Amino acid sequence: MLEGILIGLSTAFSITNILMVVGGCLIGTFIGMLPGLGPMSIIAIMIPVAISIGDPSAALILLAGVYYGAIFGGSTSSILINAPGVASTVATSFDGYPLARQGKAGKALTVAAISSFAGGSIGAVLLMIFAPALASVALLFHSAEYFALMVVGLSAIAAFAGTGQVIKALLMTILGVIMATVGEGALFNMPRFTMGLMDLQSGFGFITLAMAMFALPEALYLVLDPSRSKTEGGTNEIKDLRITKAEAKAITPVIGRQSIQGFLIGVLPGAGATIASFLGYAVERNIAPKEEQEQFGKGSVKGLAAPESANNAACTGSFVPLLTLGIPGSGTTAILLGALIALNVSPGPRLMIDQPEIFWAVIISMYLGNVILLILNLPLIPYIAKILAVPRNFLIPFILFFTLMGAYIGQNNSTELLILVGFGICATVLRFADYPLAPLLIGFILGRMLEDNFSRSMQLYDGISFIYERPMTLGLLVLAVILVVLPSYRARRARARAEGVADGD
Amino acid sequence: MTFMKMTRRVVLAAAAVSMTFATPSFAADEAVESIHFLIPGGAGGGWDGTARGTGEALTKAGLVGTASYENMSGGGGGKAIGYLIENAASNHGTLMVNSTPIVIRSLTGVFPQNFRDLTLVAGTIGDYAAVVVGKDSPINSMTDLIAAYKADPSGTAIGGGSVPGGMDHLVAAMAMEAAGEDPTAFKYIPYDAGGKAMAALLSGEIAALSTGFSEAVDLANAGEVKIIGVTADERVAAYEDAPTMKEQGIDTTFVNWRGFFAAPGLPEEQLIAYQTALTKMYDTPEWEEVRARNGWVNIHNNGDDFRAFLENQEQVIGDLMKKLGFL
Repeated sequence: MLEGILIGLSTAFSITNILMVVGGCLIGTFIGMLPGLGPMSIIAIMIPVAISIGDPSAALILLAGVYYGAIFGGSTSSILINAPGVASTVATSFDGYPLARQGKAGKALTVAAISSFAGGSIGAVLLMIFAPALASVALLFHSAEYFALMVVGLSAIAAFAGTGQVIKALLMTILGVIMATVGEGALFNMPRFTMGLMDLQSGFGFITLAMAMFALPEALYLVLDPSRSKTEGGTNEIKDLRITKAEAKAITPVIGRQSIQGFLIGVLPGAGATIASFLGYAVERNIAPKEEQEQFGKGSVKGLAAPESANNAACTGSFVPLLTLGIPGSGTTAILLGALIALNVSPGPRLMIDQPEIFWAVIISMYLGNVILLILNLPLIPYIAKILAVPRNFLIPFILFFTLMGAYIGQNNSTELLILVGFGICATVLRFADYPLAPLLIGFILGRMLEDNFSRSMQLYDGISFIYERPMTLGLLVLAVILVVLPSYRARRARARAEGVADGD
Repeated sequence: MTFMKMTRRVVLAAAAVSMTFATPSFAADEAVESIHFLIPGGAGGGWDGTARGTGEALTKAGLVGTASYENMSGGGGGKAIGYLIENAASNHGTLMVNSTPIVIRSLTGVFPQNFRDLTLVAGTIGDYAAVVVGKDSPINSMTDLIAAYKADPSGTAIGGGSVPGGMDHLVAAMAMEAAGEDPTAFKYIPYDAGGKAMAALLSGEIAALSTGFSEAVDLANAGEVKIIGVTADERVAAYEDAPTMKEQGIDTTFVNWRGFFAAPGLPEEQLIAYQTALTKMYDTPEWEEVRARNGWVNIHNNGDDFRAFLENQEQVIGDLMKKLGFL
């Protein structure tokens, strides 16, 4: 491990990679601050840039920098104008915006910056400890276990979808799996479902699909629903970034708890930073003393520190399943996985052995990224916050330009543009109908691997006997069933309790 | 089926050079003003690297004035082939890169055209195929592998990085057939990336892996695998320890080539100019640098040699694919 850390250090501290971290964090912070642009859209836009770099470690470092930069930037707009740029900073606005309205915007930004820094750094340490342990177990995995793992990954989406969203999330997942079957499959050397179109022979392009699901609807949504991105003026005067000793003492245990909890939630497939931040907020409110509990929602520093440390730790945590098992835990890591595959890197247990420089450089760059974000966010925040004044008239063409360019550059194929616009419009309609789009992309990415591993296992075992012959496969599949059944069981119980039938606890 | 006839290459090169005697010999250094490389796949793939590497060596060595590149992906390469044929008259300055899959994919009907519809310029580089096993495997030779297969046909699977009916599968099937086994009976397990196939080899899911020789050498040098058979005629200098299939009594040779094609109806003198530039390229230090950096093997077939090579490859692969039920 020490050797790996040294390789990582030497890779991460090359001039190019430091530039990548700084550039990624800057871009992420700036764009993440803009209302309506989440990390997924930003990363989708940045992928063609990253791929054109060619060096996988530099590309992944850039994208990771953009990722946590976006989460960081999202918290700034949550606090200052109550318009979270990303879903995972919605909880930040609960206490951050009240603080800003009380004229304590500077203090709120400092608390957010420190909590994010601590959450991200603790997350990076935990990643360093967890990932190798998980990877060594994963080396025992055969195709059968990978198949079961993909099933778990797909079911987990249902488990962590919002209330009433389980069916919609599952539908979108299945749609994604279906879309993954277009093109030449693993089983046959012949094209499937291409409708005779030569451009579909190698399947839908992942970048095109990612752009169509996130970046394009984002822009269309801004046009069609102007109220959503309205910036309500607000008094954005930021003075006095200092926090008192008492406040520092109050948030320290919160940061500690939420960094670890956030990381663990981030590791779970399907959860991610948004769940981690809400859960972090809820847990801290429940364990706080009565008088402090009432402060939550009215400008409590604890209520601000909790989601901020949790969401940053969760971002780091979501890299564990991505780097060690090759399964994405969230929409964002799904996009990162697609980018890695496009760069000829296959994440999985072999990554640490075959390409240790990529693995460790990413982890080291996370520390570096957190330091840079702290520097960026503390003294520069009053100036950076000016970007919030960018009118939508400039923002929308900017998003459209980068989306269309990005889809075209990689392949030089104009058909990609037609596919992009077609799916982009479908995705916008789905978004208005409140269908989550991330499950579709996860289904699309996992679908191909699901089929490949399933067909391999079928061949190796001359049938489906691998399901009961391999205990680990069986265990994982049982877990998948529990993940699907549990939310609906809990929903029914909650309904029953609301009717006053069960009040056992 | 390997064609590496040095003598013929030299004669052809000499002939090509003698045709430019009419012009002053120094001007012949830059016989081709510019080449536009058409790459049938996206940026970063094997075709992309071949075209850009060749272009780099040609321009740096002063054999070609300027080189430009265009990626045109789609249809497993079929889109670029169709484009080159449809716009033949305006594409005399274009060279398209391709490789063994053009033969396989036109056989399976992925695209309707085949190499005969294009002007054959030259096969320039290549790679042999190899069968490897994990470093701790009890198998030490092709003979051991065949014996293990005979003892437990169902439990001795061979993996590869291509789809069934693709290159890695065909090589494994060729070896099985040459060893006297039924090439349709053994289990071929496809993986979509080298890393995953390696993980499968080390976890014991597959007994052996069929892969490209240069990739196998990298893995063997890293101490991860043992190479138990190479599809070359003789042992390859890059890794002398690896035995050939032939010396183990398995009469199989195979070369995965990469080369260049031009639009149909290309004027003869232009074709010769391209071939001359490519032939001269082998003796330049600029090419040697590009070649060594990428680990390519020089396997040069010009014009008619290239045609004979492709026809032979098409024959062998076609027969095998029919036997395997892919055609």
